[in-house]
Amino acid sequence: MSILIDETTTFIVQGITGREAVNLTRECLDYGRGARIVGGVTPGRLGRDVHGVPVFDTVQQAVEHNGGPIDGSVVTVPPAFTKDAVLEALDNDVKLIVIVTERIPRRDVAEMVEVATERGARIIGPNCLGIIVPDVVKMGGIGGPAKNAAQAYAPGYVGVISRSGGMTTEMSSTLKAAGLGQSTAVSIGGDAIIGSSYAELMPLFEADGVTQAIVIYTEPGGRMEAELARYVTETDSTMPIVAFMAGRFMDEMPGMSFGHAGTIVEGKADTATEKIARLADAGIVVAEDIADIPDIVKEKVAARV
Amino acid sequence: MRFFEYESRAVVAKAGIPVTKHGFAKSVEEARDIAADIGGPVVIKSQVLTGGRMKAGGVQFADNPEEAEAKAAQVLSLEINGHMPRGVLVDSKADVAHEYYAGVVWDGIRKRPVMLFSDMGGIDIEQVAEEHPGHVARAHFSTRLPFEDWQAKQLVSTLGITGSALNRLTPILARLARLFLTYDMTLAEINPLGELTDGSFIALDAHMDMENEARPRQKALLTELGVGDEETRQAREATPFELAGEEVDAQDHRGVAGNVTEFDGNLGLVIGAGGGSLTLFDAVRAHGGDPANYCEIGGNPSVRKACGLAKLVLQKPGVDKIAVMMSIVSNTRVDIVARGVIKACVELGYDPAEKIAIFRIPGAWEEEGFKILEKYGVEYADRSVSLNEAARRAVEKIQGAPS
Repeated sequence: MSILIDETTTFIVQGITGREAVNLTRECLDYGRGARIVGGVTPGRLGRDVHGVPVFDTVQQAVEHNGGPIDGSVVTVPPAFTKDAVLEALDNDVKLIVIVTERIPRRDVAEMVEVATERGARIIGPNCLGIIVPDVVKMGGIGGPAKNAAQAYAPGYVGVISRSGGMTTEMSSTLKAAGLGQSTAVSIGGDAIIGSSYAELMPLFEADGVTQAIVIYTEPGGRMEAELARYVTETDSTMPIVAFMAGRFMDEMPGMSFGHAGTIVEGKADTATEKIARLADAGIVVAEDIADIPDIVKEKVAARV
Repeated sequence: MRFFEYESRAVVAKAGIPVTKHGFAKSVEEARDIAADIGGPVVIKSQVLTGGRMKAGGVQFADNPEEAEAKAAQVLSLEINGHMPRGVLVDSKADVAHEYYAGVVWDGIRKRPVMLFSDMGGIDIEQVAEEHPGHVARAHFSTRLPFEDWQAKQLVSTLGITGSALNRLTPILARLARLFLTYDMTLAEINPLGELTDGSFIALDAHMDMENEARPRQKALLTELGVGDEETRQAREATPFELAGEEVDAQDHRGVAGNVTEFDGNLGLVIGAGGGSLTLFDAVRAHGGDPANYCEIGGNPSVRKACGLAKLVLQKPGVDKIAVMMSIVSNTRVDIVARGVIKACVELGYDPAEKIAIFRIPGAWEEEGFKILEKYGVEYADRSVSLNEAARRAVEKIQGAPS
């Protein structure tokens, strides 16, 4: 099983004629059982096709062509146009939106999230690589070309949630080498405000029959880790969680951002040190080295049974 | 992007919030003229993008224009936390009866802006929230709907404020909320917000922070304030080494080979991507290594850019070796980075096998990349070597190297 997507998920790619989007479309079509990309949208390009995927001017045209609602959309349009593209998808009843675009101002992200919430839709990202269900389907550039994605990901019982797209693959590859596969890996994005946080994805993983442990990649900046710690404590969640915290050196450099826009430390609670303490208080193991994660996962899963 | 106080005040005033009579001076003569124009006692405030002005002596008081000139001379030559002031703000001394706090920030968990209000102004709001939680009121608001006055009124009233104070505070807070959204701020704060002895309210100091990502669409405001594109307004000013890094990255639009930050160690880092760089930098330090720099490669940069970045790092004084390491790449090509860093070594007359402590970039086109590295005798590693282990090997090599 998996969360968010499976082999039946239909989706479109907004901004499909851009260079990165063309590659991403190829990758998703090739990976696993092949993604069901039912259309692409680039205004003014109606009638073209990208790797056999028909291109439309509007999301509405794509829905009409599909003959029914479309489950998801991967949004790869430039930052100045992203909000409009996402609102268009939401208005056409798309329920899962993966925003790849980076450098979107927070006001736009907040607006998109507000509308998505009203419509019962979910946003992953912005500034993310998407979702992968190993050997089944991927939605977004996560893992890269099908061949490379297959090398790093394998099916299994670990759910992966990461603020870094690249580190989603690095950690999954480490798990795979130790014989641990992934149920679903989600690159949630590196910005200060994102559509889905760790705590918001936890109930999905807990409801998934396959997932037995969660591995997360975290960074300084923001309160998402504190939110996760609170979630675990308040719900008495028994799902084992192992975290890795990068960017510890940033504690010495307040006001600077490294790696991702969301890493800027704006208050004491944002620092790596503070986050590690909060996660540990909630019973979440914070690994010193990524290489240690597989053994910790196996131990925690064995202890749970 | 932080604004200087004099800019923040201009933004506040533009939004229709009353501010004390003041002026910005770059010279002592200007300071004197502004003081004369204001008439009466003034405050001379250093305009620096750092905290702790008061403690450092960057805020001085003067009773007349001559004294203002003398105090301005002091403040203008005073360095605070490594920052020289851009000028001084000459402010009239207001007749303050009580100080309040009003601010707007983002709440990343609720994914909405939140307005904070306190009847204990003049001190850090985090401190008030910790020590006197009953004196801080909070209200989240929508980014979709216009901010209405009643929302501000309701917030202020929760602290038990009524009468004319309530009615005068309401429009000020509402305007602050609107300017926060209009100008893409990440922080909009009036502290203190002064209630004068005549019952009127006035912004005595303001802090504004604009989101970097919104700078392109806030050009009009930035131009009005005289903030140029070249002003990065980072927590510290960019060094020549960092500026050279930006130049390398700007050579073409293919991928990223930049985000260079200077440190003073002997191990040059050519690392990526975003999360990988953070992980690797930590790992190098955890093994006792001394990085010369931080940087990020990603999104498949050209050979030229990878080479330019490696050259920049190799030529940094004090750098003995470079470590070329990334988390598993899927859209960046391993062979392109390999070509770039080897080219950099060769063109500078170095032996790549000697200068490159380790090359650990697994992923797309790795076979081609590893072939090139092998040809030049460079130690490389695939994904079976962890980021942490690669960092350890790099540190071990440099610590055994003759300095």
